[in-house]
Amino acid sequence: MKVVLEHLTKRFPSRSKKEEDVIAVNDFNFEIPDGKLIGLLGPSGCGKSTTLNLICGLEPPTEGKIYFGNDDVTRLPPENRGVGLVFQNYALYPHLTVLENIQFPLKNLRGAERPTKEQMLERAKEAAKLVQIEGLLERKPSELSGGQQQRVAIARALVKMPKVLLLDEPLSNLDARLRLQTREEIRRIQLETGITTIFVTHDQDEAMSISDMIVVMKAGVMQQMGPPQDVYDQPVNLFVATFLGTPQINVFDGEVKNGWLYIGGDRVLETPGPEDQKVSVGIRPEGFTLDENGPFALNLERVEVMGRDTSVVSTHPASRSAFIRSIIPARNRVDKTKKTVRFRLMPDKVFLFDAKTEERVPFTLPPEGVEG
Amino acid sequence: MKKKSMKGWLYLLPAILFLGCFMVYPLIDVLIYSVEEGYNSASQTYWGVGLYNYSYVLRDPYFLQAVKNTLILVAITVPLSTGFALLISLGLNAVKPLRSLFQTVYFLPYVTNTLAVGLVFMILFKKTAYTEGLVNLMLQWFGASSVDFIDGPYWAKMFVLCFYTIWVVMPFKILILTSALASVNPEYYSAARMDGTRPFRIFYKITLPMISPMIFYLVITGFIGAFKAYSDAVALFGTDLNAAGMNTIVGYVYDMLYGNSGGYPSFASAAALILFAIVLTITCVNLLISKKTSVN
Ligand SMILES: Nc1ncnc2c1ncn2[C@@H]1O[C@H](COP(=O)(O)OP(=O)(O)O)[C@@H](O)[C@H]1O
Ligand SMILES: [Mg+2]
Repeated sequence: MKVVLEHLTKRFPSRSKKEEDVIAVNDFNFEIPDGKLIGLLGPSGCGKSTTLNLICGLEPPTEGKIYFGNDDVTRLPPENRGVGLVFQNYALYPHLTVLENIQFPLKNLRGAERPTKEQMLERAKEAAKLVQIEGLLERKPSELSGGQQQRVAIARALVKMPKVLLLDEPLSNLDARLRLQTREEIRRIQLETGITTIFVTHDQDEAMSISDMIVVMKAGVMQQMGPPQDVYDQPVNLFVATFLGTPQINVFDGEVKNGWLYIGGDRVLETPGPEDQKVSVGIRPEGFTLDENGPFALNLERVEVMGRDTSVVSTHPASRSAFIRSIIPARNRVDKTKKTVRFRLMPDKVFLFDAKTEERVPFTLPPEGVEG
Repeated sequence: MKKKSMKGWLYLLPAILFLGCFMVYPLIDVLIYSVEEGYNSASQTYWGVGLYNYSYVLRDPYFLQAVKNTLILVAITVPLSTGFALLISLGLNAVKPLRSLFQTVYFLPYVTNTLAVGLVFMILFKKTAYTEGLVNLMLQWFGASSVDFIDGPYWAKMFVLCFYTIWVVMPFKILILTSALASVNPEYYSAARMDGTRPFRIFYKITLPMISPMIFYLVITGFIGAFKAYSDAVALFGTDLNAAGMNTIVGYVYDMLYGNSGGYPSFASAAALILFAIVLTITCVNLLISKKTSVN
């Protein structure tokens, strides 16, 4: 089931006259294709949970429409939309067993929809099997680990066979190892069921690793949507560029003059296209190539060996952050005795942004295979 | 190690001394009084040890009346006050505007003096030479005949006492229950709404289990409080409760000590220990039930 949002807006009125209204979701227009896994990504408080609440019907939108397939569901109550929601803190009923928790949604059904006792048990067991918790059905939630509770919550959301599954920060309460496991698990379940799934996270690694598509938002405004690699390679603005990627992109104050990019006094890269102007320059950590005669000189701070590759930490007066991090292959040795380290830049890893609007300023890349 | 435990005892000493003086010693004293037969408070002598005091108290019609009154009071007020308090708390939890105003209004009886409230009840219910009392006036409007609630038939007096008791104990229960309701994580209700759970089922399957520890707490303390009722009856019916037929067990104990017929500490002690036994039994039963329910 594809999900379409049309001018979707949610405004929370302010408590007092001094404060302004919070626009948690600001004019969302996008289509989530059928059967895909979508990562909704943004910093804390940017309106991710509100977006989910609008889609599932827990909150009414201030404006706009929501379609599931071709049906307008904007006015439908949550239970009639065919959505399953997994809450951030799971919201498992503590006094009910795992089985009772999973069956709870079924027991609310009435009339012809209501399955028999045997069917309920059957379906609950099916859902439990899908998330691999068949052995825990008689336990109380307090007797489960965080990861197991997570699975129970997913089973409860799946038991009514929803057309759309929503997960609110499903991994944020898990420790690092479990997080890796569980995100694979979510991916597996999504592929097995083919349910259109939207999952919310503030962790870009999570979103990038398992999503078919990511939606990046900031302060209620959708910034960019697309397959993770595309968004990473072609960020539309400085916010998206900084939000995606670990280690973070390095940002410098720079200037375009006569088709060349200058950082500090150095003429570092040929950037044909844009007019002469001040720019913010984003350079991905993997966009540096070690080169004794390279145009870009940085003050070497230290070298961190990570085995597979090496992280060079340096400083530069034009840098926006205290340290610049460049990742280079481990076979390239850095001379640690020197005070400066020189790099060449890979043009496809360098992004220019308007100094004021922070929107991307594109420049013409040199032909394939030639480095600038 | 030894020194450390000495230090611990030293810290505990003030509390132990205090509790020993004002709780343990009187308790033991009561126990001793209750088995001293024919104790004379003037000469401080007695002529034997045995259970005569208990058998006297248990056959005393005034005591039996007091037990009956207390049991009726407990049986009516504890469930009703808890039930009403739950209803009102649910209501308070549901309204947004003016919530704090309502909360204050419902809490007022708690900070009002028992005797002052008793006075108000007298005005509401008492029939005098000059006025019928507000409640009777209203009864008359509806065509019913007036009843003397303070000096009249037993059921009318019991009604007023129960009414009054419920009125006095409700604010505390409302306070506890509103905070218990407010502390239920709203995610549970969102989850229930996702599945289209109907309101009654939400209450029965989610709200009630979540606040059940607080309800059990209120029931247990409610039982104990109602068994210890005394001042409420005095506020309504004056100090000669035996004559009004509205005495309670604690009232009986007090009368035996200081009332018109006072000066019988042995009988008072025996009655007090019988009350203690009743309260202990009921509390144990309550705890057993609450354990059973919370396990399942
Ligand atoms: N019920 C509400 N009333 C008022 N403001 C709210 C409410 N829910 C969320 N907000 C505000 O909306 C914004 C987005 O919140 P939320 O969707 O929870 O963010 P996220 O899930 O991305 O962390 C925040 O500024 C938050 O304070
Ligand atoms: Mg959130």
